[in-house]
Amino acid sequence: MHTSAWRKKLVSQKLLGLPPLAYLLIFFAVPTVIMLFASFRYAGDYGGLAPWYYYEQGSLSFDLTLENWQRLFETDIYLQLFLKSIAYAVLATLLCILLAYPLALMIARSPRRYRDLLLLLVILPFWSNFLVRIYAWMIIFSPSGALTHMLNSLLAIFGIAPISLMYSPTAVIVTLVYVHLPFMVLPLYANLEKHDPALLDAAQDLGASRWRRFWRITWPLSLPGVYAGSILVFIPVLGMFAIPELLGGTDGIMIANVIKQQFVESRDWPFGSVLSMVLTAAAVLVVLLGAKFGQQLGQSK
Amino acid sequence: MKRKNRLLKISALGVYSFLYLPLLIVVIYSFNDSKLNAEWVGFTWKWYDKLFNNREMLTAARNSLIIASASALIATLLGTLAGMTIHKYRLKLLPGLVIAPIAMPDILMGVSLLLFFIMLNMSLGLLSITLAHITFCIGFVALSVQARMSNIDRSLTEAARDLGATPWQCFRKITLPLLAPGIIAGALMAFTLSIDDFVITFFVAGVDSSTLPLQIYSMVKIAITPEVNAISTLLMLLTLILITLVAKLSPGALRS
Repeated sequence: MHTSAWRKKLVSQKLLGLPPLAYLLIFFAVPTVIMLFASFRYAGDYGGLAPWYYYEQGSLSFDLTLENWQRLFETDIYLQLFLKSIAYAVLATLLCILLAYPLALMIARSPRRYRDLLLLLVILPFWSNFLVRIYAWMIIFSPSGALTHMLNSLLAIFGIAPISLMYSPTAVIVTLVYVHLPFMVLPLYANLEKHDPALLDAAQDLGASRWRRFWRITWPLSLPGVYAGSILVFIPVLGMFAIPELLGGTDGIMIANVIKQQFVESRDWPFGSVLSMVLTAAAVLVVLLGAKFGQQLGQSK
Repeated sequence: MKRKNRLLKISALGVYSFLYLPLLIVVIYSFNDSKLNAEWVGFTWKWYDKLFNNREMLTAARNSLIIASASALIATLLGTLAGMTIHKYRLKLLPGLVIAPIAMPDILMGVSLLLFFIMLNMSLGLLSITLAHITFCIGFVALSVQARMSNIDRSLTEAARDLGATPWQCFRKITLPLLAPGIIAGALMAFTLSIDDFVITFFVAGVDSSTLPLQIYSMVKIAITPEVNAISTLLMLLTLILITLVAKLSPGALRS
């Protein structure tokens, strides 16, 4: 009696997880499978998808193809765009580490009562609207903006012709870093906060210089935080289309711009699905690699 | 140590300015009496005035509020259930499914949901946007609830059960009140995420239903006007209030 009552309770409470599980299966897992399937279908005559089966003389025939996947390798345009997007994501990630590290370290080493506030100040801009943050940089980079003006009058002194910042890869990278910086600060801070200051004191007593203390103690201990932050920055940057579209011009486009183009402008959904599946695979690969690195770090300690 | 500290503080200050100056520029120009975001001409409210007379913008704002309220409500229910069960049991599938929509690039969720809705012959509009928003909001609520769950002392619920409370009474009188800040924080985050979402909405919105971010996008694509600065400033103010509330209720929720 007693055990069966317990089992009943266990079963009923586990059932509580069923509604969210069902919702996420229907609206996340199923659409992903549909997308994979769509990458093997033909495009419809007026865009969208063509029917994938038809009846002919009473028998059922399927209309699926590998053509879309072959198209991926026909030219090296797409491969190049993927590589370029990866390069942008690597560069943005490195710049985020460079900017986030001193900030996270400063917060971790400030008095405990200020830390929550300092951290909140990092989080607030992240929660303000994504488009607003892009728009802010459109103002800054605009040809009539103060930054371009200042830069060009400076360049004029050296006799260099005026340059345009808007619609350039530089504008894309700066904005990518700006938008994703908090993703790097938070995991870095969470890691740095846990460091034992006694380690640094001991190293100092033993005569280690400031740089040596940093590179031999703080940096290696913070690597799990660096990896976690890098994954959080790298993946959304790899799939970004709004920033290159609004600030990149023709030189600055990334792979997600082509995906958007296939789904919205050229309405070639099967090929758009192919590109999306490659992006999915890349993101999953990065997560798995990150998890493996993290595990190795955990074991070596 | 002193000198390094000063260097650290100066570079941190630099990064803070990098984070805030661009937003400050948007706010300042929203009060500038000039069509260009360049020179300061004089103070004006006229861009806000224009905004409140812009019918499309008002419709978009109404849509955004409807979608955000509905998705926050449903995502809070589902996310709370998910957070509680994940905390209690060693589950395999649910934790992964809760995180995956957050971890994947937004565009993938946008296009796959577009394919899904079209396959179901669903017309794109407020409903499809709301269903999509719930999907990525569940995870944030679940994480917030889960963080709160791990702070609840188990002996409280055990004591209640020993004293003869039914599981439901125990939940109503003990767990739920203790969990409330985490749930409310999750709901506010879901509301903010929904109001702010651009990428996923862009793909599942169809032609007739605009939201505030979509409206901003179409305006920005044509020209940079101070009206955008005005709506941006208002949105920032709204977010500021919501997120400060979240931080007060549940400081851990924002960090996860």
